[in-house]
Amino acid sequence: MGVAGELLITAGVVVMLFLGWYIWLGDVVASGEQQQAAEEVQEDLQDRWERGDASTERPVDPGEPVISLPAAEGDVFGALIVPRFGSDWVRSIATGVDLKTVLNSYTVGVGHYPETQMPGEVGNFAVAGHRRTYGAAFGDIDQLRLGDLIYVETVDGWYEYSFRGLEYVWPTGVDVLAPVPAAPGVAPTDRVLTMTSCNPRFSTAERIIAYAVFETWYPRGNGPPAEISGVVLAQR
Amino acid sequence: MYAALWRILPGPAWVRIVMLFVLAVLVFAALVEWVFPWAADTLLPQDSTVGG
Repeated sequence: MGVAGELLITAGVVVMLFLGWYIWLGDVVASGEQQQAAEEVQEDLQDRWERGDASTERPVDPGEPVISLPAAEGDVFGALIVPRFGSDWVRSIATGVDLKTVLNSYTVGVGHYPETQMPGEVGNFAVAGHRRTYGAAFGDIDQLRLGDLIYVETVDGWYEYSFRGLEYVWPTGVDVLAPVPAAPGVAPTDRVLTMTSCNPRFSTAERIIAYAVFETWYPRGNGPPAEISGVVLAQR
Repeated sequence: MYAALWRILPGPAWVRIVMLFVLAVLVFAALVEWVFPWAADTLLPQDSTVGG
């Protein structure tokens, strides 16, 4: 067998290795690192709260959530907890949807659209995550079921949202980020969580959108909500 | 090519096999660390945002 033949076989093996890495091994490695990084972020949020870093305002009505201050572009300010994605599933949330520094990062994975509102705020808290590759933060977004609880953790506490439904839009469908999703220009009265990812898997042809509505919030001083308390406390 | 590599390596057969194994691991690590991420970014770009 000549050198050319050996090179061709080698190239074939490398392509097979690449595909195996692309659809499986890369996500296993990246999601593990993102999970670990997010657990460290949760510890850091607790430390910051204990140092008195949280918002000082305390609402009279406990149902009225405290709104955390927006973070600088690229900074991690919170964590997203989705029990449907795994019993201990958590990812850090950074400001911005820059591919290189946020969405493709092995330490982040979920990005907050900076032009949208903060967790618990009246309007739309919109985040993006990959469907496949780079850890595939939102790989199971199509598995969400009506009523699934989604938690956003910040230094101030936990914001609980309840999943309502999926929508499919073109990549240009920025209306999903409006304070009232799909109704730009309308003044918001509800608190909405919007997740965007690509659709179908491995494609950039469409976007899959998940909507959730605000249920309640848990000030950090009172401890985490029961559904995720085991996850949060285990990391202390 | 691989025959030449086998001839260049010193020592008995089992030492050469160990060296080739280490070499293969190093090549795989380099692929995963640098080549595959580059290829994914360049050939198969992913975008999960709207309006970007």
